[in-house]
Order: sequence, then structure tokens, then C-alpha cells
Amino acid sequence: MLSTTRHAPIAPLPLLLTVAALASTPLWLSQVGLYQYLALEIMIWMLFALGHNLLLGYGGLPSFGHGAYFGIGAYAFGLLQLRGGAGLLTGLLGAVLAAAVAGALVGLFISHRRGIYYALLTIAFGQLAWFVAGKWHTVTGGEDGLLNIKRPDLSLGVVDISLKSNEAFFYFALVVFALVLMALWRLVHSPFGRILRAIKQNEMRAAFVGHPVWLYKWLAFMLSTSVAGLAGALFAMAQQSAYPNVMSLHNSGFVVMMVLIGGGLVSFWGPVIGALVFILTRDLLGAYTETWLLWYGLLFILVVLFQPDGVAGAWQSWRARCAARKPTPPQPNATLATPKET
Amino acid sequence: MALFEAHQLHKRFGDQVVLESITLSFEEKQLTGIMGPNGAGKTTCFNVLTGRYTPDRGSVRFAGEDITGLSPRQIARRGLSRSFQIMNLFDDETTLDNVLIALPAVREQGMSMWRDLGRFSRGRELAMTVLDRVGLAAKAGAMAGALSYGERRALEIGVALATDPRLLFLDEPTAGLGAEGTARVAELIAQLKRELTIVIIEHDMRFLFGLADKINVIHWGQVIAEGTPAQLRDNPWVQRSNLGMLA
Repeated sequence: MLSTTRHAPIAPLPLLLTVAALASTPLWLSQVGLYQYLALEIMIWMLFALGHNLLLGYGGLPSFGHGAYFGIGAYAFGLLQLRGGAGLLTGLLGAVLAAAVAGALVGLFISHRRGIYYALLTIAFGQLAWFVAGKWHTVTGGEDGLLNIKRPDLSLGVVDISLKSNEAFFYFALVVFALVLMALWRLVHSPFGRILRAIKQNEMRAAFVGHPVWLYKWLAFMLSTSVAGLAGALFAMAQQSAYPNVMSLHNSGFVVMMVLIGGGLVSFWGPVIGALVFILTRDLLGAYTETWLLWYGLLFILVVLFQPDGVAGAWQSWRARCAARKPTPPQPNATLATPKET
Repeated sequence: MALFEAHQLHKRFGDQVVLESITLSFEEKQLTGIMGPNGAGKTTCFNVLTGRYTPDRGSVRFAGEDITGLSPRQIARRGLSRSFQIMNLFDDETTLDNVLIALPAVREQGMSMWRDLGRFSRGRELAMTVLDRVGLAAKAGAMAGALSYGERRALEIGVALATDPRLLFLDEPTAGLGAEGTARVAELIAQLKRELTIVIIEHDMRFLFGLADKINVIHWGQVIAEGTPAQLRDNPWVQRSNLGMLA
């Protein structure tokens, strides 16, 4: 009885819905006056936000410098291609590796901290990366960044598939997205993920029952920066360039706002919702007014004030209210589901 | 040789000396009590013994090994576990998961990022056994943060027990409990002491004198008296402090 309710399905409903909804966008997106590139960008930000939430939602570790690793992924992909002639998969793998190494190094300096000190250190390292990207002209191209990054063909042995069109690249990115989404879902339900969550709740107790707290925090940071690097590499392909702005404090802040508005603190799916809301707001509201970020900022303030658990939190409490109103109470075991599942 | 020995521990915070010179030893399968007035350094002593603080001088040996200056994690892995006076639980986890996460079997697969912990049925069985021991089996599915005070006290011991310790430190396990709750904890500890070596800090003299094989009295950062409950009742130091009521 107890053991069945706690199983994490391999492909839970929200995962299927998300992937299905994204997969269907080429069919209707242009009909409603939007464009395929938008869905691509939303998906890349979802990936970035999901990786960020592994750290914030599950580790309780606030990184305000995650743009750096997104950028490192983008630059690494660009440099590997422009200087090393790397193909698609080598480029992506290299980008992930570069972001992982950067995360591993920075993680050495921050993993004994949490809270405000952690946040400040991540900002400092993030600004460092941003500054280097803007000034190291010979490698990064300075303020202009790396231009003319190609979308290499996907070679499957017998056939080469061109990813030049936004549709084709979108489908490729969707496959990558779905795989990472599934892996992250497994990760948060694995012993590693569950112990990480326990460390978030009570670091001292976790140490006193024998968990190597520092190692978990370090690994969580590195995993999170790896996902950011992958998202950054896809972004470099999408934009066909890499530039310092993706490393800015701005961009690092955006991903935090996505995670929080979506409800990453209470739900695995929060970042998915948050990235969608953010990019849609940017594009739809941005079409009417230059000051869309002002309105988004006000929305953010309202959410933090009145619905600190974000959209996913509102959904969860609505469901809880519905369940409470029913005459027959739900199975008591329903409460056994981790709060992260819906 | 005793299972656990602390030799001339000294600890200061700034210019305040909290532990002057503490020498203690705990015998295998015995229940040792540590008592003393407020501010005597009992909890600091516990924190030094369990690795939360490193002593400025002195040494700690556990099972024949010098563990002075090791981290709480390293000490926990050697089979020493503790509960806390101010409760330290994983509040957003269920009662069952609080215990599950503390199991050595889960600790060993902590680097697994693919397996589903929800399908680790042997771990869940082990965790249920622990909950059963501390009387929380019926609350397995409740959130730890939503438990009553008494239940949280029991879970505090449960999490410490889950690590399958050789030596269990309990820091004021009855703090804040009424007579009924205290009696329940006493009953639990009486059962545990048959299998485990236990050290308890306690305010409640009646509780401690009923359970302990040996008691150390700490005052002014030193052990001022030690002996069996019977011996201590006649000790002038103890009588003059706050044990008069038991005489």
C-alpha cells in the first residue's frame, strides 16, 4: 500500500502533456499568429529553468549567476565549431562538458555555503564570466560575440538530417529536451535527489546521519550547470551566435524569476510553467509595449507577495481545496505523494 | 576498555571557557546519564563528543579509534548517532521518509541518480521497523512538520536510531513533554538499552535515576561527580546542587 503510491512513473502525465503540446506546435503556432522559433526558445528556457530548479527547488541553493554557464555552453559550442570544426553531437557534448567543468570549479568555492552567501558568490562568479566574455576579444569576439554559428546536420549513419529550418531544429531540440526532462525526473526521485532534498530541509541533520553534504551540494551545482550548458549550446544554434548578453546578471535573474513564478519550489513542473509564462509575456506584451518587463516585474512582485509558491503552488492548493470539499475524503495515502509530483 | 572515552576535553568560545576539562567514558551496553544545572556545558559537551565542535584540547576515542576532530558525517559513519534537544527533522518529508533517508542502506546508494527510491522496498520495510519501535508506525504517511510535539520527539529518536548506531546520544529526549509523554519515552529507552549503548543528557532527575546505569554530573565545565544512581544520591556535591528532592 505504502510502497505503491510512492513509485515515480517513468513518464508522468505532465511530462507527456508538455512534450505532446510542444510537439504539436508546428501544426498550429503560425495559425494563431506566432512563429516556430518562439516554441524553440521557450523550450530552451524550460531546459535552463529545469536545471536551475534542481539547485534552487531541490537543493535550496540560490544561484543568481546561472547565466554564466548557459553562456559557457553557448560559447563552447560556437568555439568548438568555428575553431575545431566540431559537428553537432561533439559540439553539444563539449558544451555540456565545458559548463560541467566550470560548475565543478566554481562549486569548489561555494559548496560549503548556503543562503545569501551562496547567492552572492554565484553572482560574483557569474559577473566574472560575463566580464571575460565581453573583454577577451581574441577568443570570445568581445561585445559582438561569436557570429555565424551553424546548425550542423544530424548524421544518423545512413542519412544526414538538415537542421537548418526552425521546424527541423525544433524537433531535434524537442528530443533532447524530452530526454533531459525524463532524466531530471528520475534524478529527483533517486536516492541522490531525495537526499539532496533532505539536505535542503536540514543540512545539519543530514550531516549527522552520515551524508556527505558538501559532495551533494557540489554535484547538484555541477549537474545544474551542465544542463545550463546544454541549454546554452542549443541557444547558440537557435540564434546562430553567442554573445556576452546571455551571461549578464539580467539573464541570470530571468531564470530565477521563471522558476519562482512557475512554482519550482513546490513542483518539479514549476520551471516548465514559468518559462512558458515568461517568454509568452515577453512576446505578447512586448508587442504592445516596450515596458513589458515593468509589467512582468509587477507580476513577479504580486506572485511573491500573494502566491509565493507560484502557479504550481496555486494549482496544488486549488486541488487540495477541491479534495477537501468532496464528501468522501481522498485516500489518506494520497498525501504520501511527494509535493514535487504535481 | 570502554566503548567511548573522552579525555580532558577543553572548549572555549572567545574568552568564555565552556568546557574546562571533561573526562568521560561510556561502557558498552550501558546507559550513562549526563546531568547538571543549566549552563553547565552539557549540550556543548555533547556537541564536542559528536563532532559538531572540535575541542581545543583533549581527545575522543570511539571503539578504540581516535575520532577527535572528525566531521559529524565521519563520526556518524562509524556508528555514533545523536538526537537533538531542539528538534532537527526533515519537515517536508513524511515520517517514513525521515527515517528512510537516515538508513545506512540508503546512504550507501546515495550516489545513484537513476534508481527510484520509492521502489526500494527493503528500505521501506527497515524504516517501518524503526517507526514501529518508536511508536509512530500509524503516522508513517504524515508529514513530519505536521506531527504533534510528542510525536516529533519520538521521530527525533527514530531518525537517530535509523542510522543503526552502536552508540546513541540523546539530548534531552523529554524536553517539553508532559508526564505521560515522558513515561512513554522512558519506556522506549528502557527497551533500547537492552541492545544499545546510550548516553542521555537530561534535566528530569527522576527519569534519569530510573534508567541510568551510571551518571556523570557536570558543573563549571567539569565532571564533578560520577557513579551509579545509588552512589550519587549520597554524594554531597549532588545533594547540594539540585538533587535534594531525590534524597
